[in-house]
Amino acid sequence: MSEHKVEMTVNGARLAATTEARTSLGDFLRNEGGWTGVHLGCEHGVCGACTVMVDGRAVRSCLMLAVQADGAEVKTAEGLAAPDGSLHPVQQAMRENHALQCGFCTPGVVMTFAALMERDGTPDEAELLEAMSGHTCRCTGYQGIRKAARALAAGTVGQGGGQ
Amino acid sequence: MKPAPFDYVAPRSVAEACQILAEAGGGATVIAGGQTLMPLLNLRMSQPFILVDITRIEGFTGVARTADGIRVAPATRQADALADATLQAHVPALVQALAHVGHHQTRNRGTIGGSVALGEPAAEMPAVAVALGATIEIASTRGTRRLAARDFYIGPYMTALEPDELVTGITYPDWGPGHRWLFREVARRPGDFALTGMVGALALDGERITRAGLCWFAMGPIPVAMREAEGALVGQTLSGVDPAGLAELALSGTAPFDDSHASAEYRRTVGRRLFEKTLRTALEAREAA
Ligand SMILES: Cc1cc2nc3c(=O)[nH]c(=O)nc-3n(C[C@@H](O)[C@H](O)[C@H](O)COP(=O)(O)OP(=O)(O)OC[C@H]3O[C@@H](n4cnc5c(N)ncnc54)[C@H](O)[C@@H]3O)c2cc1C
Ligand code: FES
Ligand code: FES
Repeated sequence: MSEHKVEMTVNGARLAATTEARTSLGDFLRNEGGWTGVHLGCEHGVCGACTVMVDGRAVRSCLMLAVQADGAEVKTAEGLAAPDGSLHPVQQAMRENHALQCGFCTPGVVMTFAALMERDGTPDEAELLEAMSGHTCRCTGYQGIRKAARALAAGTVGQGGGQ
Repeated sequence: MKPAPFDYVAPRSVAEACQILAEAGGGATVIAGGQTLMPLLNLRMSQPFILVDITRIEGFTGVARTADGIRVAPATRQADALADATLQAHVPALVQALAHVGHHQTRNRGTIGGSVALGEPAAEMPAVAVALGATIEIASTRGTRRLAARDFYIGPYMTALEPDELVTGITYPDWGPGHRWLFREVARRPGDFALTGMVGALALDGERITRAGLCWFAMGPIPVAMREAEGALVGQTLSGVDPAGLAELALSGTAPFDDSHASAEYRRTVGRRLFEKTLRTALEAREAA
């Protein structure tokens, strides 16, 4: 069983720790970094709750080892809002469109949308809705999340709240 | 933390990786994208002593044109292959199929080589390799060898790979400008494994079909090449083909299975319709999606 010194940047802050090879990135972020916005659900890659951004891409943090993220730039839901607390457009869209209830799946959904926005500027609606297939939500019935995706694609976030 | 303990190494060269695999005598497992292996580790269905991460090997990512066709390095991420202009232009069937491999989030980590090497019977990438006549490059401390994809798959999750061997590249022949390509699958939700599906290509000389490569997935223990239908297509003109008449031939080698997702009968019935519709679309050169 090998132990590894792992170092990464998480939401702009350095996170370094020695960890077992078998530690998933999700566990590492929660247990070593205290980034509990990373939600672990199924740990089989199916539910999407654990999705974070690694080097700008949305990935399952349960399907990646912490050692594999050595040297990476990681972003979790905590890293989205501006330092003054103003919400990221994705968070704003989710809020305006009642896209969450219990909130368990929410950080994953938000990171997927945010990664697509970071890559494309304004991703189109089809792309956002397709990427939603990688997330399971037990509460919302998805319609609020779809509305949020549409508002992001249409660029109508923050124009007087919701549809 | 769910997996049983293991060591982790990330070699920088093929030689180093092969050496580790050889010395481990079957106790080492290669990890590429980890999108299949990590769930297996989490479930403790796989308990290797050493995990050999091949994604940091020099030259293990990227797409290149070679004398034999288009070569995809094994650790090329599925998302990168999906966006690759060379693959889009020359291997459109592969790109179309890739859009159906898991989800956006799993394609960001999953690799082409991992999917080819795994040999999941319902997976798209093994069927693409078989349909298009891809060649799989393999390395170990004993040397290198090249195997046709048609000789690579033996059973569900069973391939010709020995425990100490590594897939080092996959080369897809160029089916030529204006070739017709086919892809269609039926799945319950986007990102789910297919209940049935097919992929293929037709090379043309004017209106005449000079070469046909067609393969099923989720229709047997391995990707099932439609050898008889391929034979019947070659030499025909595009307008002379009768897709409905070929469906029985196309299904001849299949051995669809019953599982919790669909019955064998369902797979056969839907497969037949899927074949007719997909082939007809390709003959008429409408987008087969
Ligand atoms: C929610 C979900 C949905 C999915 N849906 C689909 C789907 O619809 N269709 C589909 O095809 N797949 C699907 N997958 C699996 C797909 O995402 C994987 O990427 C793929 O099956 C394996 O590729 P990988 O790079 O992740 O390989 P890994 O998981 O790292 O490895 C898979 C296996 O291949 C071996 N291996 C990997 N690379 C090599 C190599 N170069 N040489 C020798 N052996 C090697 C490993 O040892 C391991 O046994 C899904 C996965 C998830 C989590
Ligand atoms: S916890 Fe990672 S996908 Fe469910
Ligand atoms: S809001 Fe409860 S699971 Fe999605």
